[in-house]
Amino acid sequence: MALYPLPIAKYTVAALGVLFFLVLPLSLHEYYLSIANLVWISIIGALGLNILVGYTGQVSIGHGAFMSVGAYTAANFATRLDFPWPVNLLLGGLMAAAIGAIVGIPSLRIKGLYLAIATLAGQLIIEWTINHVTFISGGVQASIEVPRPQLGTVVLNTHREMYFFLLFFVVVAIVGTMNLMRSRVGRAFVAIRDQDIAAEIIGINIFRYKLLAFAISSFYAGVTGVLYTYYFGIANYEQFQIGVSIDYLAMIIIGGLGSVLGSIFGAAFVTLLPIGIRYGMEAVSGVLFSEATVHNLIPALRLTLFGALIIVFLVLEPEGLNRLWRNIRSYFRVWPFAY
Amino acid sequence: MRKSLIALIAIVVAMAPVMPASAGHEIVIGLQCDRTGATQIVGTVLCPGFHDYIALVNSKGGVEGHKIKALEIDHEYKVPPGVEAYERHKKEGAVTMAIYGTPHIYALAAKLTEDRIPGTSPGFGSAAAADGIKYPYIFPIAATYWSQGAAAVDFVKKQLGGNLKGKKIAYLFFDNPAGREPIEVIEDIAAKEGFQLKTFAVPPPGVEMGAQVLDIAQRFRADFVIAHLFGGAPGVSIKEFKRVGYPLRKVVSFVWGAAEANIEAGGGFAAAEGYYAMQFAGVGKDYPVLNEIREMYKKQGKPEPKEMASTVFYNRGVLIAALHVEAIRNAVKDKKDGKITGEDAKKGFEKISNFTLGGLVPPLKVTPQDHEGGGLVQIWQVKGGKFEKVTDWYAAYQDVVAKHIKDHGAKK
Repeated sequence: MALYPLPIAKYTVAALGVLFFLVLPLSLHEYYLSIANLVWISIIGALGLNILVGYTGQVSIGHGAFMSVGAYTAANFATRLDFPWPVNLLLGGLMAAAIGAIVGIPSLRIKGLYLAIATLAGQLIIEWTINHVTFISGGVQASIEVPRPQLGTVVLNTHREMYFFLLFFVVVAIVGTMNLMRSRVGRAFVAIRDQDIAAEIIGINIFRYKLLAFAISSFYAGVTGVLYTYYFGIANYEQFQIGVSIDYLAMIIIGGLGSVLGSIFGAAFVTLLPIGIRYGMEAVSGVLFSEATVHNLIPALRLTLFGALIIVFLVLEPEGLNRLWRNIRSYFRVWPFAY
Repeated sequence: MRKSLIALIAIVVAMAPVMPASAGHEIVIGLQCDRTGATQIVGTVLCPGFHDYIALVNSKGGVEGHKIKALEIDHEYKVPPGVEAYERHKKEGAVTMAIYGTPHIYALAAKLTEDRIPGTSPGFGSAAAADGIKYPYIFPIAATYWSQGAAAVDFVKKQLGGNLKGKKIAYLFFDNPAGREPIEVIEDIAAKEGFQLKTFAVPPPGVEMGAQVLDIAQRFRADFVIAHLFGGAPGVSIKEFKRVGYPLRKVVSFVWGAAEANIEAGGGFAAAEGYYAMQFAGVGKDYPVLNEIREMYKKQGKPEPKEMASTVFYNRGVLIAALHVEAIRNAVKDKKDGKITGEDAKKGFEKISNFTLGGLVPPLKVTPQDHEGGGLVQIWQVKGGKFEKVTDWYAAYQDVVAKHIKDHGAKK
């Protein structure tokens, strides 16, 4: 199956490429690029989690912990052995993949909610280990400062430079996931999700592919963690606690399980929505309430609105934003001659 | 083309008088808050205190005629929204940043330094950041966890008759990096003073510590307890100590277990009688600056804000705001037009000296080397339904703390 079944898809991708690689980074203020950078990082993490949860059907609440594994691996290699960032990025990803495969072992016997709890244990064990083993965490503060990534002689420290740096990995991650899902491995994942016993009968090695799914998903998580580390200039385990795992789960559920575009939509939606709501409220609420009330109101209402909007979107389309987008697209494909 | 040019000029001319050219330049402070996340009991009181002080300064004409604007953004104690808040503040031209949260100050440390904007982390964050040479744009401006640990031991020493040899001290802490940070300092002092130190970790979320407290009271039989807990945990610790019958007058808490909210969570002031609490800002309502804030509200015909009743966190908000304004005031002295940069504000912070606000702020002395300002604290005790002051501002074992700061600075 071709990557682009229709010619219009090619043009769209080209247009998006020009938009994201040229128009946006060269026209927007650094502040907006900093938001974009947060979105880029979370897209990679969401793609990774979607491979595991969406495509292979194995629930995981340990995604944040795998990020911290990547982050601390890279930070240790960067500070102790002065390795350059591409090596650290790879090592961080591989280490996370290895740990992920180990945490994934229970998936061979248990499914669904039981597996969720097993991965939750993985999250807590990893958190505890990093928190207490100073060899990994670099001291009781559990934070390791890393130097900014360098490209030749250029030190990447502005948001504009970081934008290109991160966007490169986003593109690699998206293309990688799309191709993975068209390959033998990807088909095996989907088969396991849809009916694992049937998959085994038609000759898929469940043991291998389930652990592979955990490893690949954790590799993405590890890379996300490394990118966070380089973006912030520090590895700190408090940035990868259980709440982060839940946030990523929310992203892929809102975006759409088992779709690349859904991961992108979900990551962008969860990152941008609170910011958007705040801007809206700042514009409106100043007219209605006093300043002190506004300060109390904005954060509280933002949380409520955020929750409410998620419910609205899921009720509107339980299969996520991706399905919503597909519905809109197929409506306009035949517009204005529907039936 | 010409027409539109003329129209443009006309608009500019029309707008010119509207622009507040004579009112001075507005100086922006970036304020991060947590009113909805894990530490909301702090944020919902501390941030109004911050705003009230800024409003007070503005009601008196601002700093040398320049108004101050504190732009608040809530980050739910999550790091990515904190980073976004920082960038938004930077875009709005903030010259100082009041960061809130230990993970946040870690995540923003590199950015603050690159952008040359001073950020404050009063009472939290990395203790090593007191080193102004290594972290030029980070200002703890209040006692760090190392200084708090040293001060706590000194207080215990005085309570136990001036000699700690052979005594047993328990350190009950929240098991996260912030909770473990002071251990190395307390261990050093233990070796020096010859007391027996035993640490008792409380795992997050800190609501379960029955076994630890029982151990402290009945097996270890501590002569004194130093507690370093956060959020709901201090309240639980008070209840547990009561339950096992350990006297609360033998417990001293670090600054995040020291507020009215913590005491109330522990069963109220009557139940917590005797509990010692460490403070980096004055406690109570009896300070001239608070009277001025009440006056300001009265003039507007409003009652005093309800947050003022929770004096520990409210006063800390006032303290943080006051130190930011003081830094800006120092910076504006050299730049009368008010167009100061982050670098000017940094130098302004480093000139803060003996600015006490009638006792609410400790007599800090911030220098380019020492961004902590001396690490001063007061100990207050729960007595007769309120907090009563036990000690004046003091710092202890500064040589030990200085050694740890130096060692950390030497590390990569």
